[in-house]
Amino acid sequence: MSLILALKNISKSYPGVKALENVDLQLFSGEVHALLGENGAGKSTLVKVMTGAETKNAGEIIFQNKSHDFASPIAAQQVGISTVYQEVNLLPNLSVAQNLFLGHEPKRFGLIDYRAMVKQAEQLLTRFKLDIDVTADLAKYSVAVQQLIAIARGVAMSAQVLVLDEPTASLDADEVQILFDVMNQLKSEGVAIVFITHFLDQVYQISDRITVLRNGKQVGEYLTAELPRAKLVETMLGKELEHLAGYQEANQTSASAATPETLLAFENVSAKGSIEQFDLEVPKGQAVGLAGLLGSGRTEVCKALFGVDTLSEGSITLAGKKLRLSQPSDAINAGIALCPEDRKTDGIIGPLSIRENIALALQARLGWWRYLSKSKQQALADLYIDKLQIATPDADKPIGQLSGGNQQKVILARWLAIEPTLLVLDEPTRGIDIGAHAEILALIKALCEEGMSLLVTSSELEELVAFANKVVVLRDRKKVTELSGHELTSQHVMQAIAEG
Amino acid sequence: MKELVQEVSAQAEQGIATNTLKSTNEQALAAARAARYQVGASNNFGRYLWPSCALILLLAVNLILDASFFTIAYQDGRFYGSLIDILNRCAPVALLAIGMSLVIATGGIDLSVGAVMAIAGAVCANLLLVPEISIFTVIMAGIAVGILAGVINGSLVSYLGIQPIVATLLLMVAGRGVAQLINQGQIVTFQNDAFAFIGVGNWLGLPMPVWLVIGMLLLCQLVLRRTALGLFIEAVGCNASASRYLGINDNGIKLFAYAIAGLCAGLAGMISAADIQGSDANNAGLWLELDAILAVVIGGAALTGGRFSLLLSVVGALIIQTLATTIIVSGLPAKYNLLIKALVILAVLLLQSEKFRNQCKGLFTFNSKGAV
Repeated sequence: MSLILALKNISKSYPGVKALENVDLQLFSGEVHALLGENGAGKSTLVKVMTGAETKNAGEIIFQNKSHDFASPIAAQQVGISTVYQEVNLLPNLSVAQNLFLGHEPKRFGLIDYRAMVKQAEQLLTRFKLDIDVTADLAKYSVAVQQLIAIARGVAMSAQVLVLDEPTASLDADEVQILFDVMNQLKSEGVAIVFITHFLDQVYQISDRITVLRNGKQVGEYLTAELPRAKLVETMLGKELEHLAGYQEANQTSASAATPETLLAFENVSAKGSIEQFDLEVPKGQAVGLAGLLGSGRTEVCKALFGVDTLSEGSITLAGKKLRLSQPSDAINAGIALCPEDRKTDGIIGPLSIRENIALALQARLGWWRYLSKSKQQALADLYIDKLQIATPDADKPIGQLSGGNQQKVILARWLAIEPTLLVLDEPTRGIDIGAHAEILALIKALCEEGMSLLVTSSELEELVAFANKVVVLRDRKKVTELSGHELTSQHVMQAIAEG
Repeated sequence: MKELVQEVSAQAEQGIATNTLKSTNEQALAAARAARYQVGASNNFGRYLWPSCALILLLAVNLILDASFFTIAYQDGRFYGSLIDILNRCAPVALLAIGMSLVIATGGIDLSVGAVMAIAGAVCANLLLVPEISIFTVIMAGIAVGILAGVINGSLVSYLGIQPIVATLLLMVAGRGVAQLINQGQIVTFQNDAFAFIGVGNWLGLPMPVWLVIGMLLLCQLVLRRTALGLFIEAVGCNASASRYLGINDNGIKLFAYAIAGLCAGLAGMISAADIQGSDANNAGLWLELDAILAVVIGGAALTGGRFSLLLSVVGALIIQTLATTIIVSGLPAKYNLLIKALVILAVLLLQSEKFRNQCKGLFTFNSKGAV
């Protein structure tokens, strides 16, 4: 095994955020190197620096004993570092074969040799045990297949370093196994693989070495065989673990003290292409968590509740009243607020000011004729900027210019302003830097203590069990189990997600 | 008694002390707020600066070409002069631009307004030929036709989900056909002084079309900025999906914007019919939709939707009309008109682009460095 890529003292900062600080990474050929850390730890930034998508502020990248400074992902690709990003970065309207060879198509007399391309594409995909029509449009295939194709594309570039950012997020167990087989094969060919994931099982299954990042700093580099799982979780979370554990206990005792009345109830709810026969109860003044993998139906529950998806079966009742939901405004009028999963497309209204973004939900509820004057909007905005400690020089700054965490706070403020009876948070801490992450968690906890009823989905189980009174686990768009009281630990939740 | 007085005065002093403390706090807050508003104001100022500069520049060019350009004479109860002419002539485009601003703010576009002008004109002209129908009914019919056309456009766009450019292209083509059918292929003329007043009349010294623009501008400003409608339009234009998640009825808002655009087109159509005392289905409002879009763009709005300013759109319409006048005044052969118009508008648009201005600055500093 020889050192193929070394990152030394890499630092990178964005306005207001120090994303990476003196991070080192060593990559040997023929190994799978897991890069771990919580959301916002700096994994993605490190990958972007490594592959030329972002430029570093300081540090050195040494690839095959030569110092490199990649100006673009293409430059990195040309020397043999290729990346498969978390979101599928392919073109849905082109064929599978075209996607696989985009930019380096097999040529004949200077023209694209389509026949050779199809042949090579089929060959490549047999490695992934994918027997599909490579001339069909990519959009025809499921996200899982698309993900495998994206990985195949990375492999096709005959890379020496292959970076896989959350490749298994949308794959099922069989597909993960296929991917691992391919990874093992590549490993034996001497390819170095950087593997980023949230699934610790998979880390222990496939990786040889682990680098852990936290708050943009490197915590350490370990051999997988020498690092017990509990220790790994501790290094990833740092001090937080003890803190969370303490909170958990307090939470559980208060939950067992009284049995509050039911605020929200799902009865046998199904929606087309979304959830199936789903039951759920949210007691008044409690926080209920929804856990499950991506695509398990977490987000779909929120959408059904908010009138985005229409129900095909079953009923939803809030405080004893049956809801008729055909659009979000119906849910809002019933007293439900939703911070959507995709903050950028469904949450913020980028060019408008913080003031307007905060006032809009209240204004929409009041109706267009009862106008909140600018001074009232300003008062509202000032109140919440102060209360939620939104970092901004003034309320007139367009929300699009804020960091992710502050955007999320503005969206929370928007909904707190209408004083909802039930607040639904879909992945409230996704894509948020670590400082704001903690603040948003503290905010959710404060809301719990004030007696707000909450329904929260999160892929970060540690977080979820920390403040939820009850966690509902979903798998394949169905409820698997409910955990509360002493059963409510991240270990149990994780088991339930995995095993059902 | 003395003690009491002392006590009171002591309290008063304390009160003053706390008050001053409070007031310094409040002063700091007020100063911060003032600074805040100034930031907002300067942003707004930037938006108004470049279109206004372009207009002033054009007017200055006119003054050089024709020294009497700014003279306004008062005769027979009305004002005369080139400036009044520009105001009067730009009225139809200014009206269309007001409506177009709203449609563009929602992220749409309305290509049909020129054809809607023709329909409104045709409907009014034919109704005027029936002596029993009152002038009030005729005007209401013209307005109603415009709103109806807007509602059709809006429904196609919002409820049927057709691309705005396609949806309104339908009425752009069909509308002129409808107007021709109403006129049965003829140019319908009428003799009605009351109706003609809309196009050629004067009130308080100014031509009636100018008053219509001012009225519409004030009315829209009132309806949009004294209610939440303006904010909702901007929100929908910036991010329709997020607006729906907020509980805003985005389809309703879009429908409203197209309806207002139709109303403005109806008014503009009546002005142009009253102006020539007849309805010419083939030529009324021909290509004016493009001028209206241009006016909105010159006013600094983005075709992708979002922020709008009705006043700036009207300034945009004024720029287009002033330019047309300038070309005539300059005495250049008419064949140069369209080319010069395009070039000047390109210059105005580049002037507005912050990116372009920065690039120019960059070029300048690079050159000066080079010189050193």
